[in-house]
Amino acid sequence: MEMIKLNVDIKEEQRKAQEKIKQQGRRILVCASTGCIANGALEIIEKFKKLGADVSVLNNAEKMSVIPTGCIGFCEQGVLVVIPDRKLTYVHVTEADVEEIYNSLKTDTIIERLLYVDPALNKRIVNNEEMNFYAKQTRTALKNCGHINPESIDEAIAAGAYSALSKVLQENNPEGVIKEIEDSGLRGRGGGGFATGKKWRSVYQHRGGKSYVICNGDEGDPGAFMDRSVMEDDPNKLLEGMAIAAFAVGADEGYIYVRAEYPLAIKRLKMAIKAAEERNLLGKNIMGSEFSFTIHIKEGAGAFVCGESSALIASIEGERGMPRPKNIHMAEKGLFKRPTLLNNVETFANVPLIILNGSQWFNKMGTETSKGTKTFALTGEVNNTGLIEVPMNTTLREIVYDLGGGIRNGKKFKAVQIGGPSGGCLTEEHLDMPMDYDQLTKVGAMVGSGGLVVMNEDTCIVEVARFFMNFTQHESCGKCTPCREGTKQMLAILERIVKGQGKMEDLDMLEELGRVIKEGSLCGLGKSAPNPVLSTLRYFRDEYIAHIRDKKCPAGVCSALKRYEIQEDKCKGCTKCARNCPAGAIEGTIKEPHKINQEKCIKCGACMENCPFNAIVTK
Amino acid sequence: MSDKKTLFIDNLEVEFTDEKTVLEVIRNNGFNVPTFCDRPDLTQFGACRMCIVEQEGRGIQASCTMLPRAGIKIHLNSAKVRKIRKTILELLLANHKRECLTCEKSGNCELQKYAAEYGITDIRFPKLEEKNYLETDTSSPSLVRDPSKCILCGACVRACTEFQGHSVLGFVNRGSNTQVQPMNGRKLSEVDCVYCGQCQAVCPTGAISIKSDIEKVWSEINNPEKKVVVQVAPSVRVALGEEFNLEPGENTIGKIYSAARKLGFDLVFDTNFSADLTITEEAAEFVQRFMNKKNLPLFTSCCPAWVRYVETQHPELINHLSSCKSPQGMMSAVLRGFLGKYYPEYNKNNTVIVSVMPCTAKKYEITREQMAGETDYVLTTQEFAKMIKNAGIEFKQLKDEKADSPFGLYSGAGTIFGASGGVAEAAIRTAYNIITGEELSNVNITELRGVGANSRTKDTVIDIKGTKVKVRVVSTLKEAEKSIKELKEGKADFGMLEVMACPGGCVNGGGQPVSCLNSLIKAKRAAGLYKEDEDLPLRKSHQNPDILKLYTECLGGKFGSEQAHHLLHTEYTNKFVNSYKDI
Repeated sequence: MEMIKLNVDIKEEQRKAQEKIKQQGRRILVCASTGCIANGALEIIEKFKKLGADVSVLNNAEKMSVIPTGCIGFCEQGVLVVIPDRKLTYVHVTEADVEEIYNSLKTDTIIERLLYVDPALNKRIVNNEEMNFYAKQTRTALKNCGHINPESIDEAIAAGAYSALSKVLQENNPEGVIKEIEDSGLRGRGGGGFATGKKWRSVYQHRGGKSYVICNGDEGDPGAFMDRSVMEDDPNKLLEGMAIAAFAVGADEGYIYVRAEYPLAIKRLKMAIKAAEERNLLGKNIMGSEFSFTIHIKEGAGAFVCGESSALIASIEGERGMPRPKNIHMAEKGLFKRPTLLNNVETFANVPLIILNGSQWFNKMGTETSKGTKTFALTGEVNNTGLIEVPMNTTLREIVYDLGGGIRNGKKFKAVQIGGPSGGCLTEEHLDMPMDYDQLTKVGAMVGSGGLVVMNEDTCIVEVARFFMNFTQHESCGKCTPCREGTKQMLAILERIVKGQGKMEDLDMLEELGRVIKEGSLCGLGKSAPNPVLSTLRYFRDEYIAHIRDKKCPAGVCSALKRYEIQEDKCKGCTKCARNCPAGAIEGTIKEPHKINQEKCIKCGACMENCPFNAIVTK
Repeated sequence: MSDKKTLFIDNLEVEFTDEKTVLEVIRNNGFNVPTFCDRPDLTQFGACRMCIVEQEGRGIQASCTMLPRAGIKIHLNSAKVRKIRKTILELLLANHKRECLTCEKSGNCELQKYAAEYGITDIRFPKLEEKNYLETDTSSPSLVRDPSKCILCGACVRACTEFQGHSVLGFVNRGSNTQVQPMNGRKLSEVDCVYCGQCQAVCPTGAISIKSDIEKVWSEINNPEKKVVVQVAPSVRVALGEEFNLEPGENTIGKIYSAARKLGFDLVFDTNFSADLTITEEAAEFVQRFMNKKNLPLFTSCCPAWVRYVETQHPELINHLSSCKSPQGMMSAVLRGFLGKYYPEYNKNNTVIVSVMPCTAKKYEITREQMAGETDYVLTTQEFAKMIKNAGIEFKQLKDEKADSPFGLYSGAGTIFGASGGVAEAAIRTAYNIITGEELSNVNITELRGVGANSRTKDTVIDIKGTKVKVRVVSTLKEAEKSIKELKEGKADFGMLEVMACPGGCVNGGGQPVSCLNSLIKAKRAAGLYKEDEDLPLRKSHQNPDILKLYTECLGGKFGSEQAHHLLHTEYTNKFVNSYKDI
C-alpha cells in the first residue's frame, strides 16, 4: 500500500519536544488534579517557584522545574509530589513541607516522614516501584496521567501523542484501522461493553456524507472519576483517539460532551484543542493529509441521564435530554440524523496505544471475552482510595487487598458496590472473580463506568440500596412509565423499610417492580436502575428481613431503628447528656443515673458522643 | 410495490410490507395492543410502554418502536406482558388524580378504559394524596389543564411542537417530579397558545380537556325569557355521527338540525350559509387587492388559531390577513343585525346565539373585543354530542330535517370549508366570476385537496383569462411558518394563502370527536364534505339565492359594499409580547 507523505514529521516533533523537556532539568511533579488542588497543590507549586524551581541553577549546573501534572491516581495520599529521576514519591505534602523538599533535592537526601507507609508492612517505601498501589497496575489509558503537564502539548508529544494518528494518516487505510480495533477485542468502557470495532464498522458502512464522532464525557455515577482524569490529565490522548476514530469511520466533525461539573476538564480540553489545531494536529487537512476533523466541546447541564447515548444526542441538538427509541441505530441516523459514532472517554484513550502497539499487545491482556485494562475509581472503606487501571483478569481481592491495602481500621470486608447506580453489590464469595464484563453481568452487577465502592461491616446494605434508588429516582428523565413511577414506588418501600415500617410482602413487591422496570423501561439506565436493589436482595436478604421482622439494623446505621439507652451502672449523673440533647429527651437529677425518654428521642446520637463515661449504648 | 414478508403474531403467520413498526403490523392484521403515547400522526416516542410484546428469543419489546422483521415471533398477551402492563397501569393510577366520576373525560379516557379492560380493581401502591394535587389551570377560554391527571405520555408536547411548531407545552423537572407545563410554569392564557386544542385531541386522559359550556347553554335553553339560536359549522356534520357509532364522514346534517330542535334550540341555522357569505366578501376583497397589487398574498382569516398566531408571532403581517370575519363571526353578526327583520319576536335582549364548532379556538374567538357581544357560546362537536346523549335523544333514529330560513341554504363551496383547501377552492370559484364575469367550468380544484400528513402544503396555479395566480393552502402552523419565511425573504410567489391550524383543517379540529388513533378518520370526514359538494345543485357561493337576497335586502346590493364592510369585517391588533422579559 502506498504511504501518504505528510508535512508534519511527528517523530521530529517528538524529538524536539523531548529536547525541550531535557532543558527543564530535574522535574518535580506536583499533582494538580481536582482533588489535590483542593488540598493545596497550587500553593505548593507557587512555593516551589518562589524558592527558585523553574529558574534556579543548582550545584553541578542542573536546573530544577516544577511541573503541575494531572492525577497520579493515589488520591488518598494527596497532595503528591513525585521526583521521577529519583523514583521518589512524597505523600500528604503541604505548603510547609516545600522548603524542606526543595533543599533536600539539592543535597540528594530523603525526607523519611513524607514517604508513604505501606499499611500491610507498616514500612516506609523509598522506591516508587515498590508501592503496591502502583506495582499491581497496568496503566495504558492512564499511562501519562500524572507524569506530564496536561496543559503543555509539548509534554504530550514528547510522550508519543499523535504518533498513532500520524501512522494511520500515512497508511491511509480506514478499514485497516477498524480491523485493528476489532482484532484488539476492545469493548466500550462506558458501561455496556459493546464491541468497539463492530460499532466503528457499522458507522463506516454508512459513510459518504456528513458523519459525526461523539465522545461521551458525561461521567455521572457517584464516586466515578476515571473519565475526568483522562480529560483533565491527558487530553491529547482523547483527542488523538477521536481523530483516529473519525478517520476510520469517515467523520469530519466531533463533539465532546462534558458535564459542566468538570470545569477543569473543559478548560484543559479547550486548551488542548487549540494547541493541536495550531500545530495542524487537528482541524483542516491534518498534518497535510486530506483528512480534516474539528472538535467542539458541549457542556452538559447536570442531568445524569445525558450520559445515555440517545439522550446525550438530544441534548447536543438542543432538546431536553431524554432517551429516544433506538429502533433506528445511530450508526445510520444519530446526531442531526447523520451517521454517528459515540464512544466513552476511556474507550478513545485506549485507541492510540492499540494502533501503535498493535492489536496483539492489547489482546494479550485480560480474559477470554474482556480484553485490555480497565480503570476503576476505588473508593469507600479501603486504605488506598484513588484511581487505578488493571488488566481485566484482575480479581476483586487483588484490588481491595493489594492495591487498596485492605479495609480501613482493621474492619471486616462486607461488599463492593460496582458500576454505580446501574451496578450491583458483590460479596465475599465474589472476591476471587476476575473483573470481566460477562462475569459481572452474570452475578447481577456490571462494569458500568467503573466506580468501585468498598463497604465494611458498618455499612447498612438496605441503606445503600435506598441511596442508589434515591439517586436513580431523582435522575430518571421521567419519560417512560416503569422507570419514572416504578422507581418512585421502590424508593417509597425502601424508605419505609429503613424506618422500620416495612412488611415482609414489601420484599416481593420490590422484586416484582424491579423486574417490571428492568424489562419494561425504554433506556439502559432504566433497565439497570433496579440492579442495586435486586443484587442486595439476592445476597443480603437477611439484612432486609432483620429491618422488617426484627426492626433492627444489623450495621447500626438506620437511625430510626436505633434505641439509645443509658446504662445505669455506668452513669454518674453528670448531666452532660441532658444538656446536649437537642430534643430535651433526657431526664434525671444530678448525680443520679439519667434516663432517655424514647418518645422524645430523635436518635441524633449527641448524648452518646458527649458522655464522658461511655455509659450510653445503642440497641 | 414492496415485497410481502411474514412474521408471527400469537403463532399466526401474518403478512407485512412497508409498515414502519410492529405495532402497525399488529393493527393492520386485526389485532391490537394498548398504548397511550403512540399517535399515528406524531413521531414515535416509546414512553408509556403499554404496547410491549414478547418476542421469542429477545424478550420484552415496545412494539411502537420495534422494526418488523421477517420471521420474528411475537406474543401480545403472554403472562409476562400482561403482568408488566397491569403493573404499569397500577403505577399510573397510583399517581393519578382518580376522580373519574367527575372528570370531563370520563367515558372517553383511555386510562379508564384500559384499567377496566385489565381488571384493575386493587392498586397496591399508596394513593396520590389530595394535598399533593397540582393546580388546575382554567385560565384559557378553550382548554382546562389538570396536571394531576397527566400520565406524561408526551402526546400534547409533540402535537404542539410537530403540528404548530410552537412548543407552548414542554417537559420540566426530572424523575417523579416530571411535569408538562407551559413555559416557566405559566398559565395557558399567559403564553402564546393559539388554543387549537390539538393537545387536548391527543391527550389520553383528562389532563387536558375542553372548557365546557354545556351547562351555560342548558340554562339559556331552559330560560323561558330567552330565544336560543344555533348555527352548525361545516365539518361538524361529517364527524358528530361517530359519537353515535356512525361511520366517519357520514353526513348527518339533517339529523343535527333535528337534534338541535329536540334539545330546545328555537331556530337552527347553518354556518355553511355564512361560509358562502365569507366567500363573496373574501373573494371581492382578494380581487380588489389583486387589482391594486396591495397586501398580497391575502391570508385567509377563518381560523382563529391562525389569526392569533399572526397577531402574536408575526404582527407585522396583519395587513395580509383578510379583514373578513370568520363564518362563525359573520353568521352571528348577520343574526344580530337582521334576525329581527325576519323573526320579529327576536330582539337584542332575548336572543342568545350558540354555535356548534369543531374547534376549541372558536371559544377564544368570541372573546375577541372586535367580535364581542355577537356569539354568546361555542359548543364543540364533542360537547354537542354530550348534550344529545344527555337529553336521551336517539340520534341514529332521528328523521332528517331542514335548517330555518333565510340563513340555512348553502352551496357546495360553503360545505368544503371544513377541509384544508376548501376555503381557497371556494374562493377561486367566486373570484373567477368576479374578475371575468364568467363561470369557472371545472370547479374541482383537486390539487388543493387532501388532508394527510403529506398534504400540508398544497399549491395550484389558476389561469384567470391569461392571468396566472398561484394559490397556496397550508395546514398546521409549523407548515405555515415555512410560507411566512418565504414571504419575509421576498420569495413568496403566491397570491393567496389559506391556513388552517389543525392538521387537515377543521375536519380534524381540536373540538371534534377523538380521532387521533386513526389517521384515516380525517380523510373520511373530508371525503364526506366533498361528496356533499358534488351532490349539491349549487356549488358556488355567489349563486346562493339566500346570499343574493341578503345583499339585496340588507347589505347594499353588492359584494364588498360599505354596509357589508361595516358588519362583516374586522380588525387585528399587534399581540406580540416579549415572553422572556421576566425570566
